[in-house]
Amino acid sequence: MRSNGSASSTKLMRSSRSLDRKKLRRNSSLVMKSEALDVHRSLSKGLAKSESKPRCRRYAVKKIPPFTAAAQCCNVGGDDMVAKKGGRGEDTEEELTRVPLQAIVLADSFATLFRPITLERPKVLLPLVNAPMIEYTLAWLESAGVEEVFVFCCAHSKQVTDYLQNFDWLNHPKFLVTTIESYNASCAGDALRVIYERNVIHGDFILVTGDTVSNMPLNHALKEHKERRKNDRNAVMTMVIKQSKPSPITHQSRLGTEELFMAIDPETKELLYYEDKADASKGTVSLDKTMLFDRSCISLHNDKQDCFIDICSPEVLSLFTDNFDYQHLRRHFVKGLLVDDIMGYKIFTHEIHSSYAARVDNYRSYDTVSKDILQRWTYPLVPDVPFLKNSLTKLERQGTYRASDIGLSRSAKIGPFTVIGSGTTVGNHSEVSNSVIGEGCIIGSNVSIDGCYIWNKVTIEDGCKLKHAIVCDGVTMKSGAVLESGVVLSFKVVIGQNFVVPAYSKVSLQQQPVKQDSDEELEYADNSSGNVEIASLPNTAEMLEEESRTEVADSQIQAASEVDGVGFIWSVGEKGHEEEWRHSVAPIPAYRLIEIIKTATEELEISNADSNILPPSGELEHDSVNDSDEDARDDSAHFEKEVEATFLRAVNENVKEDHVILEVNSLRLSCNLASTDCAGALFYAMMKLALDTPHGSPGELLKNVAGVIGKWKKVLKYYLPSLDEEIEVILKFEEMCLESTKEYSTLFATILHVLYEKDILQEDAILNWAAEKEEADESDKVFLKQAEKFIQWLNEASEEEEEEEEEEEEEE
Amino acid sequence: MMDFQVVVLAGGFSKTLVPLVSKEVPKALLPVANRPVISYVLELLEQNNIKNAIVVVEGESAALLISSWISNNFVDRLQVELLPMVDKNAGAVMLWVISVPEDVGTAGAIRAIDHRLTATDILVVSGDLVSEIPPGAVAATHRRHDAVVTAMLCPVPVSGLSDSGSSGAKDKSKKTSRYNIVSLDPTKQFLLHIAAGAEVDKDIRAQKSILRAVGMMEIRSDLMDAHMYAFKRSVLQDVLNQKETFQSLRRDVLPYLVRSQLRSEILSNGVQSDENSNGQNAPQNSKILLSQLLANSSTPNFHEIYALGLAGYASPMRKTHKCCVYIANKSKYCARVNSIQAFSDINRDVVGDASHLSSYTFSAHNNIIHPSAVLGSKTTVGPQCMLDEGSQMGDKCSVKKSVIGRHCRIGSNVKIVNSVVMNHVSIADGCSIQGSIICSNVQLQERAVLKDCQVGAGFVVTSGSEYKGEALAKKEKL
Repeated sequence: MRSNGSASSTKLMRSSRSLDRKKLRRNSSLVMKSEALDVHRSLSKGLAKSESKPRCRRYAVKKIPPFTAAAQCCNVGGDDMVAKKGGRGEDTEEELTRVPLQAIVLADSFATLFRPITLERPKVLLPLVNAPMIEYTLAWLESAGVEEVFVFCCAHSKQVTDYLQNFDWLNHPKFLVTTIESYNASCAGDALRVIYERNVIHGDFILVTGDTVSNMPLNHALKEHKERRKNDRNAVMTMVIKQSKPSPITHQSRLGTEELFMAIDPETKELLYYEDKADASKGTVSLDKTMLFDRSCISLHNDKQDCFIDICSPEVLSLFTDNFDYQHLRRHFVKGLLVDDIMGYKIFTHEIHSSYAARVDNYRSYDTVSKDILQRWTYPLVPDVPFLKNSLTKLERQGTYRASDIGLSRSAKIGPFTVIGSGTTVGNHSEVSNSVIGEGCIIGSNVSIDGCYIWNKVTIEDGCKLKHAIVCDGVTMKSGAVLESGVVLSFKVVIGQNFVVPAYSKVSLQQQPVKQDSDEELEYADNSSGNVEIASLPNTAEMLEEESRTEVADSQIQAASEVDGVGFIWSVGEKGHEEEWRHSVAPIPAYRLIEIIKTATEELEISNADSNILPPSGELEHDSVNDSDEDARDDSAHFEKEVEATFLRAVNENVKEDHVILEVNSLRLSCNLASTDCAGALFYAMMKLALDTPHGSPGELLKNVAGVIGKWKKVLKYYLPSLDEEIEVILKFEEMCLESTKEYSTLFATILHVLYEKDILQEDAILNWAAEKEEADESDKVFLKQAEKFIQWLNEASEEEEEEEEEEEEEE
Repeated sequence: MMDFQVVVLAGGFSKTLVPLVSKEVPKALLPVANRPVISYVLELLEQNNIKNAIVVVEGESAALLISSWISNNFVDRLQVELLPMVDKNAGAVMLWVISVPEDVGTAGAIRAIDHRLTATDILVVSGDLVSEIPPGAVAATHRRHDAVVTAMLCPVPVSGLSDSGSSGAKDKSKKTSRYNIVSLDPTKQFLLHIAAGAEVDKDIRAQKSILRAVGMMEIRSDLMDAHMYAFKRSVLQDVLNQKETFQSLRRDVLPYLVRSQLRSEILSNGVQSDENSNGQNAPQNSKILLSQLLANSSTPNFHEIYALGLAGYASPMRKTHKCCVYIANKSKYCARVNSIQAFSDINRDVVGDASHLSSYTFSAHNNIIHPSAVLGSKTTVGPQCMLDEGSQMGDKCSVKKSVIGRHCRIGSNVKIVNSVVMNHVSIADGCSIQGSIICSNVQLQERAVLKDCQVGAGFVVTSGSEYKGEALAKKEKL
């Protein structure tokens, strides 16, 4: 392994990281080398094999012989995992005694961070240092001993399958690649549900996305996973993590990911807590007290990075099917398992130290991972090692890689950590540094390129200046054009002469799709043609909007055409612009870093301010109760909104009552609230609905209320198992009359009566409420007074009953 | 122990220890192996060559009792004047016994003796500590890190005996109420978070800012705050003055200092400028600090790195202070008499596993029987037992793992297991005592059976009565 030479990175963090790495490398160089050699060997073997095979073979979903239940039973958890013989179907006996190591590769990230590029090409096929991302993933899986891979494609699935077919991935003898297509999966959860239905996974499997770059050996992690499984059937997943530097800015500046807080049992490595989208407003991480009941030590980490490589047991797939609301692997699945202790499923972590693992999740990680590849952390997945489809380059001084057939002017300066792909020419006095340039590019004279990713067949004319930009295939930059930091030029865009593309702009031939309300947008755009159709618009209002937008775009295109260009400059949303720097290829400007640090510090000030008004010890308990109350209030406000939305959907879409209950239950679990909260929230939702239903007079409103309550009585009743919940409802109602829905304030007593008549509230609940209220402040008794008569009536009625009973008794 | 002042917080009549404590016996005078518990702390100080100590007692009557006990029993070693406090330094240890009003809490106690505190650092020791850990070790850690507070943590003592018969659930509730939850940095030198008292039973809330600075914290429930703290005197006084509502060192002052360690307020008002350099002269300091870090003379701790954080961006340097821990070795004994369970545990330990603390000489049978004690025929006193001066036992008695005080009169056929019997107790024939604590002057009439009971001073248990898991006491107002 070659030393890096002068890795004179100016970023302090970066250099300290590599210092660590160097130390590590020194210590473990022998091990690393042998590991790497193994991987390398198997890689080249694979290459040789694949080349000798005929190219075209029918591609189809491979049929897998059904396993008998008995075979599965004795095999799952078996030690002998890594196959010595990979031949399938030849030896049926062997087939029965072992399960091949399988992997699922999600070739769709279900995100929009790579737009506009991903409108035209799926993310996994985007070149990363001149090889499509999925190559890295597949090459690594193959070398790590995986025998069967299911590639799940959704957006642009045709492109992915075509690619895999053309590049011979589908015909490996020992590495079976099968694609699974789906057009309506909108999240990782959907994908796994589809795979579950196919019934193709029979043992432990590796779950990764198609943008993973790694060289970690899997055998150790797998062994750990299997051994744990032997002792504990509930250990369904092992998550790979890696050390990172603790600092509020590390995650952001390195891979553009959010800060991550994890709690891990230091003994068993069980994952106990996972918070990735940290709520900045909360200055504390709150761990459930029960965590310390059966263990005496927890480590809480801010210094770990999630590699998004999971080793899963087959149960994981069924869990996704059972919990149809799981979408996101981390946000829903991992958190769901951690919160829900009913099933007792556990997730464990495996920390890697010397090997590399990262996911290309956004432009920033694209930049970082590219640089890591150039600096050879990912060895053997580096540009000068033939791991399949990358064009060969030769490593030269200062980490520069050049293909053999390039045309470099003598006066061109090629700086450190740069790749020049085959067939590319660079003109006089041009300077290229810290960049990757693809194949067949023509770069003119006096061009300056720094920190850019220039893909294939790009033409850059004389005098252009590019800094920290991504330039896709077929782009033309006319002479003198300038790309400021963070620019992305999608396929075949033409930038006119001397045109300056402002920082963080994204330019595409595709129009920007109309704004969608969900923040979890998908790379839907696929229509197998590779061309995008912008979703047809359902109504005219939006159509108009679209037209006006097109006009804007037109004017932009005109602006561009004035300088002889072709392409739309995508506008970014108001908030988007602010956030653009987070995920850009350009390094984060220093002032942003200060901002991040300052936010972290301000948080601290807030949390300190809290503690300043700390009461004396006697009241400390009280104080902390308040604290948690506040949290709870946040939670319950959120919960109320969710319940309301759920209920409205149920009303509009005629969802069955049972389903509503199911959904509300799952909401309750996710917000960690009691069932009394459900009653209150549901009641609120119903009353809100009644209020929002058009009405002319209080009388009509009353009718609405009676109607809604009558219709959904069953659901509401479900959450009213005892008097306490009913009292809760009354209190809620009271609160509503005072605050959010004052319209009801005059109708309080009447509606109370309605609720009584509809059997929602029992007499005792109302009387208990009245008794409770008896001691309240005068101001708090407004509604009690309003309902006085009704209560009196109830009282009398019950007294009469009692009297009757007494009389009866007397008679006896 | 240069320039350290020692303050022993001897408490008063602790409510948690009713009915063991009474008007005559404040907490500090409860017998552990027939010696008041405070004597263990005083001896520990003496052994560690500590010249100065202030004993703070809650309530005047308790102070009177304690100071008279000290003057009587430490008579060879030191002299103690009764109130008002007058120094007499005839002995090795100079002791002041000071009384403070009741219910002021530990913080109030320190406030009350504010004017007496002069040394750079203050070592605060709880008067109910039974330990062999040298206070000097805590002081050294404190000085080494230039910390504002150093707390001693000890492994949680194993509570209760399997055969003591107390139910598991009960045991558990006791445990959780007594233990701490502490968070340490990976080097186990710094305290990042501490939950005490009622907070222990709540969810753990770790501060993100501190976690960010350290990267990883270890949250543990197997360590107990031993109530031995070293404080920087000026900081302690500042905090107590500024935060008038603080009542307890353990529940208010310590958590406050831990919480604010990365945004120190106490050091920002200039009082501390000379003693703690972190706060002042930011630019120069940061340069010095940075050069130290680069020179790698010693591994920087997270406080220093954090303080440097913004320095590069020409913002004022952050003020930090350090909260350290001294973690007692597992093999060293360390426990506090802060609950009835702990009281019996410690009594058992001091004549048992931790017998070296008792300073008694054990017989060949691994027990202590005072020469003046009288045993009837066929009476056996097992190992890990103590029978003190002038006590008499009848025939066919059996004593196991128990401590019996002075001048007790015990009849025949009496069984005493896992119990503590204090002084002047009379136990009639055929009684059975298991897992119980019998205070002084109690009278047990014939065939009384007690299991897991506490009997307050002077109580009479009538003949033939049976009690299980009860606290028996005369109706008296404390």
